Amino acid sequence: MNQIYKELILDHYKSPQNAGSLDNPTHEATEENTSCGDSIKVQLIMKDGRIKKIKHITEGCAISVAAASLLSEILVGKSIISIGKLDEQDIIKILGVQLTASRINCALLPLRAVRKALKLKTEN
Amino acid sequence: MYKSDFPIFKNNPNLVYLDSAATSQKPQSVIDAIKDYYENYNSNIHRGIYKISEQATDAYEKTRKKIAKFINAKSEKEIIFTRNTTESINLIAKTWGKENVKAEDKILISEMEHHSNILPWQQLSGEQNICLRYINVRDHKLDIQRAEAEINETKPALLAITHVSNSLGTINPVKKLAEIAHKNGGMILIDGAQSVPHMQVDVQSLDADFLAFSGHKMLGPTGIGVLYVKEEILKKMNPFLTGGGMIKSVSRFETEFADHPYKFEAGTPDIAGTIGLSAAIDYMNTIGIERIETHERNLTKYALKKLSGLSEVTILGLPFSEDRAGVISIVVDEIHPHDIAQLLDENNIAVRAGHHCNHILMKDVLKVTATTRISFHIYNDENDIDRFVESLKSIMTKIKR
Ligand SMILES: Cc1ncc(COP(=O)(O)O)c(C=O)c1O
Repeated sequence: MNQIYKELILDHYKSPQNAGSLDNPTHEATEENTSCGDSIKVQLIMKDGRIKKIKHITEGCAISVAAASLLSEILVGKSIISIGKLDEQDIIKILGVQLTASRINCALLPLRAVRKALKLKTEN
Repeated sequence: MYKSDFPIFKNNPNLVYLDSAATSQKPQSVIDAIKDYYENYNSNIHRGIYKISEQATDAYEKTRKKIAKFINAKSEKEIIFTRNTTESINLIAKTWGKENVKAEDKILISEMEHHSNILPWQQLSGEQNICLRYINVRDHKLDIQRAEAEINETKPALLAITHVSNSLGTINPVKKLAEIAHKNGGMILIDGAQSVPHMQVDVQSLDADFLAFSGHKMLGPTGIGVLYVKEEILKKMNPFLTGGGMIKSVSRFETEFADHPYKFEAGTPDIAGTIGLSAAIDYMNTIGIERIETHERNLTKYALKKLSGLSEVTILGLPFSEDRAGVISIVVDEIHPHDIAQLLDENNIAVRAGHHCNHILMKDVLKVTATTRISFHIYNDENDIDRFVESLKSIMTKIKR
């Protein structure tokens, strides 16, 4: 059976990495899943087209919080161009679990917020 | 005890189904009735001058009679087949409502309405400058005193109220509200989606003008719903959809419509669905609606008691009482309902997590974004609740931060 709530997800949910806020962000955005009320505020410090620092405050289900935490870890050092290329499949890979259609939105919330902060186009 | 009548539990032996407020399971007899129609007398109804069409017409019309009896309507002519509760309410808004509720008139609904009993009225009020007002929900029930004062003062043309809340399980005093509405010259529409499947609903005793409900929540198939309209009102209503099956005669530029209820059933209806619903009512009648009600009441009492033993769990809705139906919403400290539902699903326990189409109630009244909801029907038993509660406990330890 596909166990969604495996160790990795639960660890990141219980102690999310890069949780909190920045004093002097260069970019920030908030995003919400209206259907379930999950919300995220993400703040970035960009330098030379790359993410130097990232912090987020995520309130919601385990999937959205873990996704924010895991995503924040891999985003440091990434360029805007490579962030623009991240898609649903990448997020699923980072989380390492199969998600049903009803939960995929939870996992994508953090990426949507980051893109919004960077004014990148989001599909859907 | 009744579980064995429902093939879904044979095919999913581990399934604990606690989402009957969304849709109920179907007994074998309902599935068989639909199959029987398609296999043995599939044909269109009315006007078919051959045996199997007459048989289908007969089955269709018998269902109408059966429903009339089930809700104690005076006549089967007061029963209109629709797709579901939503369509039934829309039909009223777009026919009776459009013609009878005038600019500056009031429509009164409540904060605990399902979106399907809000949106049609919101739309109508936008179109004809009607004033839409809400009865407040206080302590998980309607604030009846304020509602009565408001009705006496503003004399709404229509009161549209749910009989049972699909989020709180609260049973509203619709009989009393009907009395107050009528005294002030208004009409009452009762959303029976969560009541008709679970308790005796008597339209004459309630003095309902309109009653809407869905077949799929009362052990019947999806795609078939019912609208009851008091005959004296129905007689004056103009058609909703137009086309085949609802006419007496058509000439180039004019049509004489059929009498009610046919006037409101344009096009080929859901014949199979109607036949399935008929079998569902037979099944419920065999058990007895009082017995179903008592069974669910006992389960509700049992579940409320078990849940109240969990300190992290907040139970929404009234304490166990006469006014409490078999729908229980809970909020668990610091755990999102989606996580709860997903983890319960890993143990084959089906519950609903979300806003249950009650944005206003959730956002403005309860001030939560979502709840975890369990709801019952005749096939549930105490073992289902035990498994749910045990599972919930282990989820709370697993996922607690
Ligand atoms: C109180 C209430 N009204 C209306 C509806 C809508 O029913 P349907 O989707 O069958 O039209 C529901 C179903 O969830 C309900 O619970």
